[in-house]
Amino acid sequence: MTDAKTLVVIPAWNESSSIAQVIGEIRHSNTDVDLLVVDDGSSDSTGAKARAEGVDVVTNPYNLGVGGAMRVGFRFALSHGYDAVVQVDADGQHDPESITLLVEQLDDQVVPQMVIGSRFSGEQTYDASRTRRLAMRILAASLSRMSGEHLSDVTSGFRAHNRKAIALFATEYPTDYLADTVESIAILARAGGKISECPVAMRQRTTGKPSQSRWKSLIYLVRIFLVLGLTVFRKRTVRTAENESTSGSS
Amino acid sequence: MAGVHIIALVCALITISVIVELTRRRYIHERFALIWLVVAVIIGFFAVFPGVFNSLAHWIGVKNPPDLLTVVAVLFLLLVCVRLSWEIGRLQQRTEVLAEEIALLRKSLEDVETPTQ
Repeated sequence: MTDAKTLVVIPAWNESSSIAQVIGEIRHSNTDVDLLVVDDGSSDSTGAKARAEGVDVVTNPYNLGVGGAMRVGFRFALSHGYDAVVQVDADGQHDPESITLLVEQLDDQVVPQMVIGSRFSGEQTYDASRTRRLAMRILAASLSRMSGEHLSDVTSGFRAHNRKAIALFATEYPTDYLADTVESIAILARAGGKISECPVAMRQRTTGKPSQSRWKSLIYLVRIFLVLGLTVFRKRTVRTAENESTSGSS
Repeated sequence: MAGVHIIALVCALITISVIVELTRRRYIHERFALIWLVVAVIIGFFAVFPGVFNSLAHWIGVKNPPDLLTVVAVLFLLLVCVRLSWEIGRLQQRTEVLAEEIALLRKSLEDVETPTQ
């Protein structure tokens, strides 16, 4: 899809030092996309800085995590009739030049589809610790099996989604802390969706530090496999976006 | 009645009155109040008639009646914990959805109030 009505969703939590620059860069290389910043309960001026750039800003009343922020983005896209949603991180590690590349690969309108911007299948400009690399490799192998597609970078938060995926994730996007990127792939695969990968160059974060020490990586890995295992056995809640708002009593 | 039975009876009575009062003030839901009331009544009953408990233990095949009490208490508390975890999970899901809805509603309200974008 080349002429898709695209919404770039930027989940942002205390990213006031980079948000304006990220918005500017995305605007510069993508003139035909709309931007939505989901200010995920920031305690700094992230929301105000984004508003000053003139983009749409949704402010969560408290920090819900990337998953919760993305669910807000998907719901916004669904109610405003967007054809594609691209998730871009607010720390500037995703190259905005690649947004069109991802959207162009959305070629299906029948099933939910996700295109992941991968750090590993292309240029190796991204540096990660050894434990983290190993964890990612194991995860990638199991999710590749689940989706029937070769995936190398399942924790990348640089992704494009088609209309069907937007509708699915408006209600089903996982809000589990840190596990959302991985679990969303599993959910999409289970819903019969298509997942593919597109090599993109990543940049070092302009601000902030990668949030994982070795111990945390291990705990992260254990948690994520638990989530993965659960997703396979979990009962699928059959909800659509329409009846979601009315099904208060269940 | 031995001293320990009087203590048990007093505990049961305190539990009953506290639960009744908390329910009256709507601090706890009837659903949970009922569980604790039933527990308090059972404890009170065995405090008054300890012989019944002892013969119950012997009938099941437990040599030392207090062991039965311990095992039943642990299992019961475990069940209550699981139930509470379940309840917390459900509440968390609901508050998340509510927070998201509020965020989106606030956004559309802003759009209505400043329609110049």
